[in-house]
Amino acid sequence: MKGGRGRHCGVSAALKQGQITPTELCQKCLSLIKKTKFLNAYITVSEEVALKQAEESEKRYKKGRSLGDLDGIPIAVKDNFSTSGIETTCASNMLKGYVPPYNATVVQKLLDQGAVLMGKTNLDEFAMGSGSTDGAFGPVKNPWSYSKQYREKRKQKPHGENEDSDWLITGGSSGGSAAAVAAFTCFAALGSDTGGSTRNPAAHCGVVGFKPSYGLVSRHGLIPLVNSMDVPGILTRCVDDAAIVLGMLAGHDPKDSTTIQDPVKPFTLPTLTDVSELCIGIPKEYLAPELSCEVRSFWSKAANLFESEGAKVIEVSLPHTSYSIVCYHVLCTSEVASNMARFDGLEYGHRCDINVSTEAMYAATRREGFNDVVRGRILAGNFFLLKENYENYFIKAQKVRRLIANDFVKVFNSGVDVLLTPTTLQEAAPYLEFIKEDNRTRSAQDDIFTQAVNMAGLPAVSVPVALSNQGLPIGLQFIGRAFCDQQLLKIAKWFEKQVQFPVIQLQELMNDGSSVSEIEKLASVSLKH
Amino acid sequence: MAAPMLRWWCLGRRWLLACIDGGSRHGRGAAIGFTSSRKRGQTSVAQQPLITSQKSRKGEHEWAAVVGLEIHAQISSNSKLFSGSRVHFAAPPNSLVSFFDASLPGTLPVLNRRCVEAAVMTGLALNCCINKKSLFDRKHYFYADLPAGYQITQQRLPIAVNGSLAYSVCVGKKPSRVITKTVRIKQIQLEQDSGKSLHDELRSQTLIDLNRAGVGLLEVVLEPDMSCGEEAATAVRELQLILQALGTSRANMAEGQLRVDANVSVHHPGEPLGVRTEVKNLNSAKFLAKAIDSEIERQIHELENGREILNETRSFDYKLGCTMPMRDKEGKQDYRFMPEPNLPPLLLYDTESLPPGADPQQVINIDWIREQLPELPSETRERLIQQYGILPEHSFALLNEVGLLEFFQNVIKETRAEPKKVTSWVLNIFLGFLKQQNLAVNESPVTPSALAELLNLLDRKAISSTAAKQVFEELWRSEGKTPSQIVSEKQLELMQDQEALEQACHTVMEGHPQVVMDVKRGNPRAINKLIGLVRKATLSRADPTAIKEILERKLSP
Repeated sequence: MKGGRGRHCGVSAALKQGQITPTELCQKCLSLIKKTKFLNAYITVSEEVALKQAEESEKRYKKGRSLGDLDGIPIAVKDNFSTSGIETTCASNMLKGYVPPYNATVVQKLLDQGAVLMGKTNLDEFAMGSGSTDGAFGPVKNPWSYSKQYREKRKQKPHGENEDSDWLITGGSSGGSAAAVAAFTCFAALGSDTGGSTRNPAAHCGVVGFKPSYGLVSRHGLIPLVNSMDVPGILTRCVDDAAIVLGMLAGHDPKDSTTIQDPVKPFTLPTLTDVSELCIGIPKEYLAPELSCEVRSFWSKAANLFESEGAKVIEVSLPHTSYSIVCYHVLCTSEVASNMARFDGLEYGHRCDINVSTEAMYAATRREGFNDVVRGRILAGNFFLLKENYENYFIKAQKVRRLIANDFVKVFNSGVDVLLTPTTLQEAAPYLEFIKEDNRTRSAQDDIFTQAVNMAGLPAVSVPVALSNQGLPIGLQFIGRAFCDQQLLKIAKWFEKQVQFPVIQLQELMNDGSSVSEIEKLASVSLKH
Repeated sequence: MAAPMLRWWCLGRRWLLACIDGGSRHGRGAAIGFTSSRKRGQTSVAQQPLITSQKSRKGEHEWAAVVGLEIHAQISSNSKLFSGSRVHFAAPPNSLVSFFDASLPGTLPVLNRRCVEAAVMTGLALNCCINKKSLFDRKHYFYADLPAGYQITQQRLPIAVNGSLAYSVCVGKKPSRVITKTVRIKQIQLEQDSGKSLHDELRSQTLIDLNRAGVGLLEVVLEPDMSCGEEAATAVRELQLILQALGTSRANMAEGQLRVDANVSVHHPGEPLGVRTEVKNLNSAKFLAKAIDSEIERQIHELENGREILNETRSFDYKLGCTMPMRDKEGKQDYRFMPEPNLPPLLLYDTESLPPGADPQQVINIDWIREQLPELPSETRERLIQQYGILPEHSFALLNEVGLLEFFQNVIKETRAEPKKVTSWVLNIFLGFLKQQNLAVNESPVTPSALAELLNLLDRKAISSTAAKQVFEELWRSEGKTPSQIVSEKQLELMQDQEALEQACHTVMEGHPQVVMDVKRGNPRAINKLIGLVRKATLSRADPTAIKEILERKLSP
């Protein structure tokens, strides 16, 4: 595998040593946000709040009372997490102008650690999609569309002139968060992951996308898509950073009854030096016909890498994989139908002008407030929940879900430590290509390797591996045992170190390349060697 | 509120409505229901054109009615079922609303331990099997006072199942017989209450108050084991007493803490059950029995006129005295039930299954709650009968009024009078005065000590029972005076001077030779006339028994 990272040291250390102040760091990120505005990564930039938070952080550093690794670190949050006093839209007309009166638990935890909130990132409406193309605020553009690596490859091709319309999607639905991290506008971002919404855009944007075990991180304040599968996701530029953020977020929340009761201790990720004790499983069902040759070849290279370092690499079977996507569709739309029922225009959010009757008001409000994708899923979900359909669809899907979860349990019980799979079928598609298929078709294709993990509640992480022939990032996914998130990240970190994924080169994008390269030197929160 | 409660007339009989003509139907209207609603009940039934126009069809099949109940009891708890908002009846609108209650996106339910304990305790008191694992479900429907668009309830696996509720009805005239009936309890489920819609007709607006949204409810489902309004009303009354004894619900119907829906159908005995209707919102003790009976009559009337009963939801119009179809519940409702994904299964333990080292704050032990069960109304009544030798129907009466039993027991503690005497005074005179003035027991101007002292005076024959009633009236009117003070002020003591009494008797006999003659001729009632005359002469201060004794002696040959 080619490429190599530039030299950089941890921004956290730089802050501690006073090489840079939180305010300077915040301003650098704000200026990058402005320069990359065309990416449409942010729905709301909370500039004032961010500068104030940075100022307070600076005071703490001056007094030598830093709150820890995240103090003064710019972060971004997907716009489906409630943020007190900051508009939270879910990229939907339904919630335009909605300002929550409370913080999601994960947001509060980050703020309590001194993190500086730069803004709220773009997504597919209510996180329903895999492209970050179906939101009320327009699609998110993949920063790699403008990278030196991609541009150089494009120039070699004849149709390279039409550059502006040739931009690439980020994947989704947390495309805004992935783009924000990839374009250096923040050091970590929260996404959400219901069927792959954190890992998919991470793979397309060349960043680390981590989906924790269901129940490890609180969902309180995350505006739900599918309650039984949603988890807050973490997007960072390296595995260590994901581990640091996880350490801050993990643990029981009295406001979320589905979080684990056992206390979670903060941790730092140890460096794994020897993989010879590990057993890596390669699920044969993931060798899908639609898988691109390149992804497939990186997948097998990765398997070879583990084997060559002494790990045991075996083929395993997850026999119910092929039923997973349709089963996911039934469960997802059913919960969506239920969760979206509260958006009736009465208590908050959009309300239409029609007032002839309550029912007419509901209907018009919901027609105006939701896009076709959301309305389509609501319709499908209500159909599955009807008395005469419930047994045939919902109950059956739940049974299949159990079988899928059991597939994983069996594999892990057989001695496999982690599963290694592709994250996506191929690298990021050009927007014009992507929108040729509808949202449902795209979601079904793009979630193929990711959603089964949500059905089983397992931790999984997408790690960028290398650039494709087109100069675009490709990610591979590691899937771990339930609540063995740390072990999973430990292995991902080892792998990350081996592959040395190249840094995105955005200099050409900016009028002055300086600001990016400065930040680049401080690419991660953690100290890198 | 001292709600007028059930009485027992001639209950427990089968419905033989087909043979009942208009006239006897009036009689039935009076026999059912509540004392205070009796008059109104009669008039409204009589006004029903539906009934007067009906032809009697003597000799046709009998009809049997089948009544099942769904009862919603608001749990008496400090905070709501899934949020930390306070629960209070008369707070300003929307002052007790958490983010969760208003269904702000991203909020999650957190189960209130107190509500679970209340459900377990109620389940135990109603002889239910407590499910060690129960589940929560979402029930979807759009309504303005249901902010989330669904209610969290327990449809698939409720917290308690298969119980029973025993209630008693008194049958026949004096001496009446108490018959105990049992209705099976299908299940008890925990669920959320909705908010309230306030319709402003003038401005054609609907205002929403979410104070009640999310308050914990116990839905108690009674199997269709009842056959008339009065049975249903008696069962509800017994449940109400049980909930109040447990403290799991204040169960005050006027404040909406106890709400009843009834499923009603009629059929010919021996044939399959008829199509049922649901009579909604029977939220007044007054009209519960009446509403059910009027629905039974309506169904019979419909069927006898060759029409069909629709499976529909109806509400009782207390002004018209009959049930009407509910307009907003038209059309088929599909609630699209779904498991509530944000609440893990509710697990309960008993001493045997309690995991070792479990945090008592995190687990609920059914056995421990069983130990906390207070004396239930049926047990209290049994104890009263055993302890004081009072009649079963009196034991019912004592429990029927809030605070009456306590009042009774306080009188008993301080008086030497016989319990039967106390019972009679408390239930007839004391309760009579309360009812007359529409007062609750705790609003009575007469304290238990005062009544006890009065009964003591009566017991040692210091005053006559007529005088005692006079003293009681005084006590009621003039607070602060003791019975002894009133007796001495009004000179109500019984004549203790035997000689003077003998003289008085003598004078009366002298003055009424004709009556004396009547007595001697063997007219047994004549002596009462003489007694009355002596009492009058002594200003009612003489003991009638003593007078009778003297007269009999003097008149004996």
